[in-house]
Amino acid sequence: MSGTFLGMPSLPVFGIGNLHEHEPFPKAAHRELGNTQLRANLGHATRTIRDKRLAVVSELPDWEELRDAGRAVKESVMARLPELLEQFEANFTARGGTIHWARDAGEANRIVASLIREQGADEVVKVKSMATQEIGLNEYLEEQGIAAFETDLAELIVQLDHDKPSHILVPAIHKNRTQVRDIFLREMEGVDPELTNEPARLAAAARAHLRRKFLSAKVAVSGANFALADSGTLAVVESEGNGRMCLTLPETLITVMGVEKLLPAWEDLEVFMQLLPRSSTGERMNPYTSLWTGVTPDDGPQNVHLVLLDNGRSAALADEMGRSALHCIRCSACMNVCPVYERTGGHAYGSTYPGPIGAILSPLLTGITAEENNSLPYASSLCGACYDACPVKINIPDILVHLRGEDVDSKRGKKKLPSQMDLGMKAASWALYSGKNLGLVEKALPLGRIAAGPDKKITKLPGIAAGWTQSRDIPAPPGQSFRQWWNKEHQAPAGPAAAGTDVPGAEPAGPKENP
Amino acid sequence: MNARTEILDRIRSALRDAPAVPEVPRDYRRSSELGEDALIELLTDRLLDYKANVFVEDAAAVPQRLAALLEGTGRYAVPHGLAEALFAEADAHDGGSGRRVTDAPGHRLSVEELDGVDAVVTGSAVAVAETGTIVLDASPDQGRRVISLVPDRHICLVRAGDITTILPEALRRLDATRPQTWISGPSATSDIELERVEGVHGPRTLDVVIVRG
Repeated sequence: MSGTFLGMPSLPVFGIGNLHEHEPFPKAAHRELGNTQLRANLGHATRTIRDKRLAVVSELPDWEELRDAGRAVKESVMARLPELLEQFEANFTARGGTIHWARDAGEANRIVASLIREQGADEVVKVKSMATQEIGLNEYLEEQGIAAFETDLAELIVQLDHDKPSHILVPAIHKNRTQVRDIFLREMEGVDPELTNEPARLAAAARAHLRRKFLSAKVAVSGANFALADSGTLAVVESEGNGRMCLTLPETLITVMGVEKLLPAWEDLEVFMQLLPRSSTGERMNPYTSLWTGVTPDDGPQNVHLVLLDNGRSAALADEMGRSALHCIRCSACMNVCPVYERTGGHAYGSTYPGPIGAILSPLLTGITAEENNSLPYASSLCGACYDACPVKINIPDILVHLRGEDVDSKRGKKKLPSQMDLGMKAASWALYSGKNLGLVEKALPLGRIAAGPDKKITKLPGIAAGWTQSRDIPAPPGQSFRQWWNKEHQAPAGPAAAGTDVPGAEPAGPKENP
Repeated sequence: MNARTEILDRIRSALRDAPAVPEVPRDYRRSSELGEDALIELLTDRLLDYKANVFVEDAAAVPQRLAALLEGTGRYAVPHGLAEALFAEADAHDGGSGRRVTDAPGHRLSVEELDGVDAVVTGSAVAVAETGTIVLDASPDQGRRVISLVPDRHICLVRAGDITTILPEALRRLDATRPQTWISGPSATSDIELERVEGVHGPRTLDVVIVRG
């Protein structure tokens, strides 16, 4: 039984790298909300993609069956992870590939840099990859004197602009076509000064810019969307052909992949290759998918490496409530439907992984107490749109609530005095314990009316409640509570039809007459 | 402890609650029964949606179609496993096979040579009508991955008998360990305002010839 752990249970080892919120989410969100251009760009882009996704998803009669299969496959991968990793390793290695294991971001970066140096190269071409974004590979390689060229159009835009990605699928989603044109004119060597903001012209400029790089590159770095344990096969899903260029032309190919990306068998790919394209770009199928198994003599890279990355994934796996966050296939459907993401954009989340999935994945990988990541589980209204959109049915709202609990517990341990929240919760617990207690509290309602003053608005609450009134007023409380009103009505001989009862905001009293 | 041992230990430790391995419910469609005409129609519709050009020909008419497609282009590349007879008509026009360069074992075309041709003609392994996908698996009639990548125009032959309706049927006809390229239209990007634009790094023109019989 290779899957049974017989050693001492170890404490979870968390991940490092570009996974952190550096300021509390509300503060970051507040700043981003002030950027009206960003909100317009994001609103346009997410509306477009939502419509496309719905159209292609509704075409499939078996979409829900595919989601159920996808979830079960991923659940079984997590339960069998050690054995599947060993199986994948054996198959990939048998076909001439080399596997490296990296405990964290730093170790992965060092492995990649040394593999590049072995080839005597000082530059690499890169296929868009979340894993290398997460470990900060480009920054590390730059320190080591190795230039990494991003070749995905959106990554190229972000890299040329010295900006950060704000979306996992379309990292430059926060830029509109005119902003992209301006970046190209400013940063792209030898670009046509007459370049217009037409997307086709911009794509052509990117083609011309990268063509020589592709044809002469010695080393490429990629991520992977899927890895098949039963054959040792890797898969990269893309659109532009930059992936094919990087995976085919250079002599050396280095892939960095999280350990959770495995699928047990070839037939599982039929599930995920139906779920992923429709969920991500809203297409029936993405233009290009490449699959390779170790080295193929005479075809493609002959020096093939894979870096298997933990960087906190084992820690996330140890969280029984949260481990299903590792089922994520990075489609980005959850952020495209999220009302919070649509307004704040991806930068507000700090981490490489923004949006609803980022709000759970980042604190699971780093631990809830790392930097400001404890603010991320609150970056949600818990509306559940992400859960509905997720192709592998990750219950993001449940995990958000679970992580909020972890956050509260972790803070309680640190402080001797109870917090305002603790006191508030204690008070609420007492008030809601019995009708008598609640009645006593309701006697204080007129106090709220006094606080509201003549304009009948409370504009500033004290303490932690101040957050609520930061962006909205609270209307004055009614003169009496519902329970007070009810008692009065039912004692009165005239009955519920009595006119003139003063219940602010209430419908006319009386039983509803349903035909 | 080396990294491999340590990571596997961490994972085993994380799974010490021994989570159940669920049965995977495979209630999604795994087979279908569309006839050849319906398959060709569906595949054509999907490919046109991707802005590919589609031609449906009887086997005997393919050399003529290829000659027409290649008219006016310069040199074109072919893999060694593609039947010479397919180019009989094109050669007749040219008065010889002068425009054709063949990638063969022992005579590999360099990246620079491929960058210098105007088009490539290949066969294909299998196609999926519902998604408009053509799979190349580097068989001798399809060649190395690089030859269908570097030229700016890809003319791809799809045998009607190789068209399946849905993806699961196609996967059953493929060997995972062969290098595969799944192609659904010409290269494209949605990276600017999420609007699809055809033509980036991969071939900007995809001509598909569906061959009956």
